[in-house]
Amino acid sequence: MGSYVPNTLDERKAMLNEIGYESIEDLFRHIPEQVKVQGGLNIPEGMSEMEVLKKIKKIAAKNKVFPTIFRGAGAYRHYIPAMVNSVISKENLQTAYTPYQAEISQGILQSIFEYQTMLADLTGMDVSNASVYDGATAAAEAVAMCTERKRKKAFVSATVMPSVLEVIKTYCFGNEMEIEVIPEKDGVTDIEYLKEHIDKTAACVLIQHPNYYGSLEDAQAIGEVAHEAGAKYVMSVNPISLGALKTPREYGADVAVGEGQPLGLPIAFGGPYLGFMTCVEGMTRKMPGRVVGETVDHNGKKGYVLTLQAREQHIRREKASSNICSNQALCALAVGVYLSCMGNEGVKSVAEQSMSKAHYMASKLAEVGFEVENKQNFFHEFVTVSEKSSEKVLKALEDADILGGYPLDEKRILWCCTEMNTKEEIDKVASILKEV
Amino acid sequence: MELRAELKYSKSHEWVKEEGDVKVVGLTDFAQAELGDLVFVNLPEVGDEVTVGEAFADVESVKAVSDVFSPISGVVTEINEDLLDAPESINEAPYDAWFVKVGEVSETEELLDADAYQAFVDSES
Amino acid sequence: MLIFEKSKAGRKCQNLPECDVPVVTLDEKDKREVKLHLPELSEGELSRHYTELAKKSHGVNDGFYPLGSCTMKYNPRVNEVVANLEGFTDIHPLQPVETVQGCLEAMKILETYLCEITGMKRMTFQPAAGAHGEFTGLLLIKAYHKSRNDEKRKKIIVPDSAHGTNPASAAMAGYSVISVPSGPDGCVDIEKLEEIAGDDIAGLMLTNPNTVGLFDKNILKITEIIHNCGGLCYYDGANLNAVMGTVRPGDMGFDVIHLNLHKTFSTPHGGGGPGSGPVGCKDFLVPFLPSIQVEGEETFVPVRQPESIGEMKNFFGNFLVEVRALAYVMTLGKEGIPEASTNAVLNANYMMNKLKDLYTMAYDEVCMHEFVMSLADLKKQTGVSAMDIAKGLLDFEIHPPTMYFPLIVEEALMVEPTETESKETMDEAIAVFRKLQETAKENAESLHNAPVTTPVTRMDEVGAARHPILRFQFED
Repeated sequence: MGSYVPNTLDERKAMLNEIGYESIEDLFRHIPEQVKVQGGLNIPEGMSEMEVLKKIKKIAAKNKVFPTIFRGAGAYRHYIPAMVNSVISKENLQTAYTPYQAEISQGILQSIFEYQTMLADLTGMDVSNASVYDGATAAAEAVAMCTERKRKKAFVSATVMPSVLEVIKTYCFGNEMEIEVIPEKDGVTDIEYLKEHIDKTAACVLIQHPNYYGSLEDAQAIGEVAHEAGAKYVMSVNPISLGALKTPREYGADVAVGEGQPLGLPIAFGGPYLGFMTCVEGMTRKMPGRVVGETVDHNGKKGYVLTLQAREQHIRREKASSNICSNQALCALAVGVYLSCMGNEGVKSVAEQSMSKAHYMASKLAEVGFEVENKQNFFHEFVTVSEKSSEKVLKALEDADILGGYPLDEKRILWCCTEMNTKEEIDKVASILKEV
Repeated sequence: MELRAELKYSKSHEWVKEEGDVKVVGLTDFAQAELGDLVFVNLPEVGDEVTVGEAFADVESVKAVSDVFSPISGVVTEINEDLLDAPESINEAPYDAWFVKVGEVSETEELLDADAYQAFVDSES
Repeated sequence: MLIFEKSKAGRKCQNLPECDVPVVTLDEKDKREVKLHLPELSEGELSRHYTELAKKSHGVNDGFYPLGSCTMKYNPRVNEVVANLEGFTDIHPLQPVETVQGCLEAMKILETYLCEITGMKRMTFQPAAGAHGEFTGLLLIKAYHKSRNDEKRKKIIVPDSAHGTNPASAAMAGYSVISVPSGPDGCVDIEKLEEIAGDDIAGLMLTNPNTVGLFDKNILKITEIIHNCGGLCYYDGANLNAVMGTVRPGDMGFDVIHLNLHKTFSTPHGGGGPGSGPVGCKDFLVPFLPSIQVEGEETFVPVRQPESIGEMKNFFGNFLVEVRALAYVMTLGKEGIPEASTNAVLNANYMMNKLKDLYTMAYDEVCMHEFVMSLADLKKQTGVSAMDIAKGLLDFEIHPPTMYFPLIVEEALMVEPTETESKETMDEAIAVFRKLQETAKENAESLHNAPVTTPVTRMDEVGAARHPILRFQFED
């Protein structure tokens, strides 16, 4: 119907004539006929805004929006303050390109600088980049950033989110790095295996903490094993947990990565999210992606610019350590707004409430015969085992408009609580499960 | 352009100084001026082999990265780590801001003396 | 002022209720000991802080944005409305299939449209950006050769005019890069290409129109040369906005492509992301695709491919960006798609012709959706560089064109007006460009110092890079 072209047919004609052409086809004459589309594209005719909205609303209505969600496994529904959407809808910020022209991009640059500061502070690290695509690609980039000429092997724990391991493997298919998966033992990383197998070829050890099953790893000890072998230590963490849990830096990590989605982004069928990457100062230049720095203008006024760009693909081309060219700037902005809205007390409260509710739920589910499998302490996710079929259990919950935990197999379910889940909802789940 | 009589020069704009068995390599004044304000240097590691005509380091300006080529073949015995913290010293004092010292020298490309290098630079521009 | 400098301990927003279950605490060994330094502000103060940041930013909605290669077209508002529907935003990616039929249907419709527009068989939406798409596409090529036990192919050919991501992506996929030079006409040098083509070539990466804004008319010859040597052809969709509806990459001989939904399909750039870089491919590469493809007509099922290269990121891509692109494609439809691209080409030619008496065009012929000017002569005459002209534009509230790209043109400025700009907007910009030429000749110094009306003037980038300050330092 429309094409958002402002110029009328008459104006187009006048413009063409002014520059010496008869018709718009004249501008395409040099394109060989045999590659041109004949008879138009085989897609429906355009629609008015009213029709498009109606049609897409109808499509969206085919999804089921669960008012109650106990599923995490990599995507977490936390409360998003109203401020977040208000800010990321501001058109000056939303419709801008990458802030290459610093003079007219101070707002975006400053928001990224603030994001970098917040993420570095949250993870206890020295520096942060401006974000990457998501938690999985952040982990894969972290593995690549740890490689050295004689260290090309990454030890990755089997207790990381499965698709994170998958993505690391895909990236390594590209750059021909070797991956060794550290097996799981009793629901956590098998540290004895790591001790036996790590050697001087190890570039890094990567674990997730809390791990995929929600359990706390012996994060400090694993880091010590990595460092003894001269390898870097990468921790993938849930940023919400850092309101309560030790920072990756306190556990000894050199690089911290993770999925930033819990910090103010909707679950949105998987994206857009953002991956955060922070590290100790000595690794700053190895960190891929965009980074913003403080400087002054020619009058001495403080301001911000994209910096350390000579590491990046647009300058280093095939010698760049990563091809990443964008960041998830608007998502990083959302994270900055979220963390500012929450403040120190808010972030601690979200962490504490999520964890407390998960523990409450675990005890409630245990009462109705769902045994908690986690042998270690857990944060806001845990696994239950029961004789009742996962499928049946989850169907019963679905009928009550509750999205239950993620089925790991026939008998095991991975549950998650956030501050959004109320005691009443948890009690309701327990009562439904009792009846299944 | 500043030149020093005691140094030898390569056509890829590195200077070479003999210090006993080792040779010291840096970037010429001409090169640093062409490259503009340098902001970072990537150096090889001690023990790395360098080869005539191959890049052994690179230098970054804000919007470019350029290779630094080796005029000699041998093994790196020392690197100037001060450059990592103060890349501006290459711009400020190019003949003091050495990059590497190379030992076990097996080959050296034909180097120019100061006058010949001056003539070479003049003919290039 | 940074948000941290505005923070006052104890101020806060009211977001959360009290915890309604017994509070559990961590063991000492896992408790955070280091202090958190998040800002503490009231909601009103926060709101003002971000309004202030917004004022110091320049988006497409603030004015003309002819940033070459980036397709800064208008971002329709209805796209934002649909992307904010609860029926999309509140869907967990791991919900049961029968509860996400709408998401799957949206992906399926968009895939069908985009495959038709590009002449591809299937598509994956998993790649989050153009560069991520390139990496994905190259892994498809790598997996294809591997499946045929043809692993001697270690090189990817990239034109010297290519975007920096092309060689960087090739390197990430484990390939070495051979650069093929452009001829004096800005197009691929066919003779050189023939010399390079051999059984060590895995493929070629190309944009068409190319990065100097010209349609490479030898395109069929180029893809044929690559196919004859056993390589595959990769289409970088950065410049699709010039030809969608007129020419399809699939018909030009390309086997795999990526699109930039944030360029061609009108989704906002967001200050640097999130974008979306779906990858489409021909039939024979489908078995290697990552993530899911959606099957079905009435009921939709996600399927995974047997020989998939593996996951490129978590879940199914930047879904909300896809929803925006869907709204755009539905709005434009069969006629709107070519109408958009032909007008993008018209606008570029209009501006080029109105400037070419004063500015040297790198290639003085019909351009596609963008054109490249070389300011080398101006710099020689006046000392005013491409950068100076770009900065001069800022004082007229025009976002500068892309500077110093492509690398094969000296002092390059690359102008891409897009189809959503009116004749008046372009006429005003043309007048400004012409005025800046005069200023260059009369008062070069003023351009060296431009801009002067912006929140800050030119920044000390050297200082920023030599001694990086990458975060605010807290006193405690």
